[in-house]
Amino acid sequence: MHVVTLDSDTDFDGWRKAARALAMNDVRAADVSWRVKGAAADLFDDQSETRLPDVPKGAFSVPASFMELAESAILHSDPNRFALLYRLLWRLRTNHDLMDIATDPDVAQANALARAVRRDVHKMHAFVRFREVGREREARYVAWFEPEHHIVERAAPFFARRFADMPWSILTPELCAHWDGSRVSFTPGVSKAEAPTEDRLEEVWLRYYASIFNPARLKVKAMEKEMPKKYWQNLPEAKLIQPLIAEASRRTSHMIAEPGTEPHKPQKRVEETAMTRKPTAHAPAAQISRDVEATDLQTLREEAAACRACPLWKDATQTVFGEGPEHASLMLVGEQPGDKEDLAGHPFVGPAGQMLDRALEEAGIDRSKVYVTNAVKHFKFVPRGKIRLHQKPATPEIRACRQWYERELAAVRPALVVAMGATAAQSVFGKITQVTKNRGHIVDLPEGSKAMITVHPSYLLRLPDAEAKAREYALFVKDLKIAAAALKRAHAA
Amino acid sequence: MELLRKLEILADAAKYDASCASSGTEMRDSRDGKGLGSTAPGMGICHSYAPDGRCISLLKILLTNACNFDCLYCVNRASSNVPRARFTVDEVVKLTIDFYRRNYIEGLFLSSGIIRSPDYTMEQVVSVARKLREEHRFRGYIHLKTIPEADEALIAEAGKYADRLSINIETPLEDSLTKLAPEKDQRAIRRTMGRLRLKLDETAEAKKTVRRARPPRFAPAGQSTQMIVGADAANDRTILSTSANLYGAYKLKRVYYSAFSPIPDASRALPLQAPPLVREHRLYQADWLMRFYGFDAEEIVEEGEGMLPLDIDPKLAWALRHRDRFPLDINTASREELLRVPGFGTRTVQRILATRRTTTIRFADLAQLNVVRNKALPFIVLSDHRPSPSLLDGASLRARLRPKPQQLGFGF
Repeated sequence: MHVVTLDSDTDFDGWRKAARALAMNDVRAADVSWRVKGAAADLFDDQSETRLPDVPKGAFSVPASFMELAESAILHSDPNRFALLYRLLWRLRTNHDLMDIATDPDVAQANALARAVRRDVHKMHAFVRFREVGREREARYVAWFEPEHHIVERAAPFFARRFADMPWSILTPELCAHWDGSRVSFTPGVSKAEAPTEDRLEEVWLRYYASIFNPARLKVKAMEKEMPKKYWQNLPEAKLIQPLIAEASRRTSHMIAEPGTEPHKPQKRVEETAMTRKPTAHAPAAQISRDVEATDLQTLREEAAACRACPLWKDATQTVFGEGPEHASLMLVGEQPGDKEDLAGHPFVGPAGQMLDRALEEAGIDRSKVYVTNAVKHFKFVPRGKIRLHQKPATPEIRACRQWYERELAAVRPALVVAMGATAAQSVFGKITQVTKNRGHIVDLPEGSKAMITVHPSYLLRLPDAEAKAREYALFVKDLKIAAAALKRAHAA
Repeated sequence: MELLRKLEILADAAKYDASCASSGTEMRDSRDGKGLGSTAPGMGICHSYAPDGRCISLLKILLTNACNFDCLYCVNRASSNVPRARFTVDEVVKLTIDFYRRNYIEGLFLSSGIIRSPDYTMEQVVSVARKLREEHRFRGYIHLKTIPEADEALIAEAGKYADRLSINIETPLEDSLTKLAPEKDQRAIRRTMGRLRLKLDETAEAKKTVRRARPPRFAPAGQSTQMIVGADAANDRTILSTSANLYGAYKLKRVYYSAFSPIPDASRALPLQAPPLVREHRLYQADWLMRFYGFDAEEIVEEGEGMLPLDIDPKLAWALRHRDRFPLDINTASREELLRVPGFGTRTVQRILATRRTTTIRFADLAQLNVVRNKALPFIVLSDHRPSPSLLDGASLRARLRPKPQQLGFGF
C-alpha cells in the first residue's frame, strides 16, 4: 500500500508529481491511499510505503482536457477526489480517448466534481459582499464568505482584476485572501466574528432590491435554484426575501383591483410635439388623392415613406426612395434595395452599389450627377437565422410600386433611363422584357425620353467563376458607355 | 427628495425591462491600478436574485420617470399618477461606483423617460456613461437604452461608452403600438435599430481590415430588444415571426419577452390580470429553438394554430406532430436530427457525438448524458432500447408526456 500525503487540500502539483511517479511504476489505483497533511489521519499500518518510487525514463502524456478537469475537480470537498483522479489517470494510459466518453462512470463523476467547483467559484464571484471599513482614503473593503469547496485561491484573482484600486480582504473559515494594491496574499481561515457586520450602503442596496422586485411575477423556485438558501446567511438582501414574498399577492391584487385614478393631465406638451411628431402620415399611398398629387421629389419621398400599397413594408425597415439631383439627365433603375440599403435608407450603398460605382467610373459617368432608384422600394427577403435572404419581387409588388417610379420619372424628367435587370425593365417598359435580348439598345419611351436595358450589378456578383465575372463586367461597362454616348448626343441636340 | 426615495421610484420604474445581461462583451480589467472594474470572462455574473426569479446583475434604473409619452402599458406614462423623480448625473455615477465596490453589481443599465426631446434625453443618458468611463475610469458593464431618432453623434458616443445598446420594439404588432403608444413609431424604432446594426457591422469590418488605426469602439456586446407579451392580441406565431425578422434584420443578441404585468395606477384599457408567465416561458423556449436548435419560426407553431401549447414544451409539441421522423437511432443520427429530439439539450447532443465516436450508447448511459428520460425515450432507439411502435403511434402519448397539472404555472 502506498500512502501519499499532500501539502494541502489544493495541492495539485503534489498530486500530479505523486500520480505521475506511481502510474509510471504501474501502481494500481487500489494500492494508493491519499491524505492531506494536518487532516486527522486514520491509523495506517507499518507496512505502508510513504516514499514515492523513482520515476522511470520515458514520456507520459495526457490529454489537455484531463489536466483542465483535474485542476478543477481537485478543489472539491469530496475526500475521494484524489483517488478518483488517479484512477482516471491510470485508465488514460491505455485509453487515450477516455475523457470523451461522457457515459463512463469515472469520467462522469469527475465532470460532476469539476462542475460543482466551477459553480462554487462562480457563486463566490457573485455573492461576496464587501463592507467598507474606515472612510475615504483609509477605506478597506472586507467580506465574509463560506465556500462549499476549496476555492479561495481559485476565486481570488477575479477580485484582484476587478478591484485593483482598493485594498480588500475576503475572510473565510478555511483561508483568507487579501489584496494590498499589488499582490494577492493568503492567511489562515478565521471565524465570522472577525468580519465587519455593517456597511453604510446596505440600506440603499436593500431599498434597491425591494424596489426592483416585481410582486406580480412571483417565482420563488427560480430564485432558489440560482441563489440557494445556503448562501442567504451572508447576503444582506436575503432578509427581505420572506417579507417580499408574503406581501406579493396582496400588492398584486391591489394593483388589479384599484380603481383607475383620474389621468393626470400632462402640462408642458407643446414644445415636444414638434420633436416627437411622426415624420409622415400613416395614410396608405393608394388613398392619396391624385388631384393634389405632388411633383417635387421631397414631397414624393415623404409620401412614399408611408406607402402601404403592397405588404412588403411590414418586414422591411423603411422605404428606400431614389436619390440624386432633382433634374438629372440620367436615371438608373435597379430591382429593389438590399440588406444594407434597407438599413441605411439609401439606394445602392451595398456590394451591388460598389460594383455599380466602379463600372460608372470606368464608363466615364459621374454618379453624383445620376438619379439612382429602384423599381421596388422595399426590401423583400426571408429571414434565415442571422441573415436575410433576398427574394425576387413578384409582379403584383412591382405593379404596386410602379406609381413611385412614374412619379419620380415625371419629377426628374431625365433624357435617358437605364433599367438594370428584369424587374427594372418590367417597371420601365410596363411589361416583361427580356434583358439579354434587348440590352444595350437605346429605345424611345412614350413620355419623350429614351431608355436602355442592361444587367443588374448584383448579377455580376453572383457569377461563380472569375472569368465569367470579368467578361460580364466588361459587357456591363460597355452598355454604360453606350448610355454615356447617348447622353452626349442628347446634350448636343 | 432624499436619495432613498428617488431610488425607490426610479428602480420601480425600471423593473419592467427584462434584460439584465452582462455577458458577451470585450475583456477589460483594472490590473493597471488606474481604474475600477472588469468584465466577467465567459458568462455574465448575477449578483443576486429577487423572488420574481429574475437575476440582479446590473443597477437597473431610470434617470427620470417623467415622460412626455403616454404609452398605456407603461408605469411611467405621462397620464399616470405615479410619483416622479429625477436623478442627477452625479447621483447615478456615485450610486453605481458605491454598489460596484461592494460587489453588488456588474455595472449599470440606464434608461430614461423621454423629456424635452429625444436628443436631450439621449444626451443626459450618455453623460452618465461618459462621466463613469472618463472621470472614474469605470471598466464594468454599461447598458444604455437608446432613444429612437436620437442624433447620429449621440448614438456614436453612446456606443463608445456602452457595452450594449437597446431599443424596445414594445409590441409584436405595429398597429397595437400605434394604439397603445401613440407617440411611439415602430418605423422609427426599426430605423434606429438599422443604424445600430450598420455601426456594429462597420466596427466589426474595420477590426478585420484596418491594421494601424483602431476602429472607434461601438457597443461590443451588441444590441437587444424587448417585446411585451399579452398586452395586445398578437399570437405566438406573430411574435415568433417578428423575432425572426428582428434577429435577421438587426443581428440582435437577444429578444426579451416580457409578460405584461399589472402596474401601479394602470390604465383600464389593458388586460389587468396575472401576467402570462407560462406563455412567456414557452416563448423563450421557442426563441432558443430558433437560435440554437435550427428551427424556423414557421415550424415551431403548428400550422393553422396561433399559439404554442402551454402544457408541453414547443420541441416536444413539434415532435408529437412529426412522429414519422421518429424513433431516431441516436448512435447514427445526425447532429441536426439529434437537436430535434425532445429532452436533448445542446450539451447533451455534443456529448452524444463525442461519446459515440468511441463507444456505443446504451440505455444505462442516458443518466450520464443529462437526458430528460421520460421525454426522450419514446422518440429514440438505442442498442438495447426500442420504443414500442404502439407507443409512438398511440393517441395517449401526449397525455403521458404532459407534466402533472400542479407542476405548471409556478416556479419553473
